[in-house]
Amino acid sequence: MAEKGVKVFGMWASPMAIRLEWALRLKSVVYEYVDEDLGNKSDALLRYNPVTKKVPVLVHDGKPVVESAIIVEYIDEAWKDGYPIMPADPYERAQARFWANFADEKDLNGFVQCNAAVYPVFTATGEAQGKVVHEAQQCLKTLEKALEGKKFFGGDAVGYLDLVVGWYAYWLPIIEEVSGASVVTDEELPLMKAWFDRFLAVDVVKETLPPRDKLLALNTARREQLLTA
Amino acid sequence: MPSEKQEEAAVRVLGRWPSPYVIRVLIALNLKGVEHEMVAEPKGNKSELLLASNPVHKKIPVLIHNGRPISESLVILHTSTSAWASQAPAILPSDPHARAAERFWAQYVDDKFPTAIRVLRGRVVGDKEEAAAEVSAALWQLEGAFVECGGGKGYFGSDGVGYLDIALGSHVGWIRAVERINGVSLLDAAKVPRLAAWADRLCAHPAVVDVLPDVDRFIEFSVQNDGALAKPVDEASK
Repeated sequence: MAEKGVKVFGMWASPMAIRLEWALRLKSVVYEYVDEDLGNKSDALLRYNPVTKKVPVLVHDGKPVVESAIIVEYIDEAWKDGYPIMPADPYERAQARFWANFADEKDLNGFVQCNAAVYPVFTATGEAQGKVVHEAQQCLKTLEKALEGKKFFGGDAVGYLDLVVGWYAYWLPIIEEVSGASVVTDEELPLMKAWFDRFLAVDVVKETLPPRDKLLALNTARREQLLTA
Repeated sequence: MPSEKQEEAAVRVLGRWPSPYVIRVLIALNLKGVEHEMVAEPKGNKSELLLASNPVHKKIPVLIHNGRPISESLVILHTSTSAWASQAPAILPSDPHARAAERFWAQYVDDKFPTAIRVLRGRVVGDKEEAAAEVSAALWQLEGAFVECGGGKGYFGSDGVGYLDIALGSHVGWIRAVERINGVSLLDAAKVPRLAAWADRLCAHPAVVDVLPDVDRFIEFSVQNDGALAKPVDEASK
């Protein structure tokens, strides 16, 4: 059963799946992308990820790895002679992990961390939108501190934290357009805004971003669906 | 890279004993043979040291090493692996796939256990039967993971107590306490035989025995503290 090679089970509009592509391309690893229909998941996906059944999943020589941030770290370790994704210094690594958790997870007391603060911007309307935007900005302002004095979260070049939060650079402006909210502005989040531009100019990012009009259309439709549900 | 200095840079842990997250850090430091001082956070007001060390979350545990603070128990576990890399045991396995698996399951543990245990403690109001079922289901999944990760040996770590042992093991005190408080069996030798045996083995381990006290102490703590704090479960925490 020596299945060789690298497969990514993802979905074209998924910001979590794209993290894997960025990491693999930084390492110059050739991979096959399997685009899943999330309403009708493939047998292969369910076999490789029976516990959470979610995308993305990385399959490397037949063995699956799940959870996108964990997969990014796996990619860094499995191809350790390639581009360095995690910082070399243990303390810097701890900081990168800390901020990645801050961005990604809801903490144990249900305290809203960045992703959880950003999602509501998508569907908030009217008066509620103002409050939700403010909360999202507060989270992002805290995260922005990790950028101070640097071109990227990783320093002079992109690193782990850039890959974890990088999806904001492309998806947030779309969420803003679809919902009519304004979150990342020059006045409120100057460092974040500047980093958005730099990040989107990185080759592996440019090569992989889904078409904007398609993503905009999908999110517009989804928002309408959620608001009329 | 680990520091070459023999000078014992102060290693301090800001925490409080019944917290599983604090227990994790203490187990890891014990395993590594790192001398450390526990600085007990007072109940109620947060200390200035804590607020300065973890301004973002203001929570325990915080590890202060060489004057620099590191927050979040799993981040601290990773740091223990690298900062004291030259001291055995390695807390994470060397194989990238095995590391990813332990990381996944540790995240799963922190996803499935904390809220359910708080409900079972009576610390927040919720459906206790449902919470017990969630814990049982998660333990059943981990029973399978136990074989995958440890290769059928005594611990999740293939060479002994490791990252996932610590991540799940730190919850064993409270799991056993809520079993007694609610009259349910969760680490049930009939349902999850390997984990039941593993729990006993872990609790007797030299690095664990002093920091994971007897279940009676957890129960005592719960009786004294949890009833007064019971409040409606927040809808946002699933």
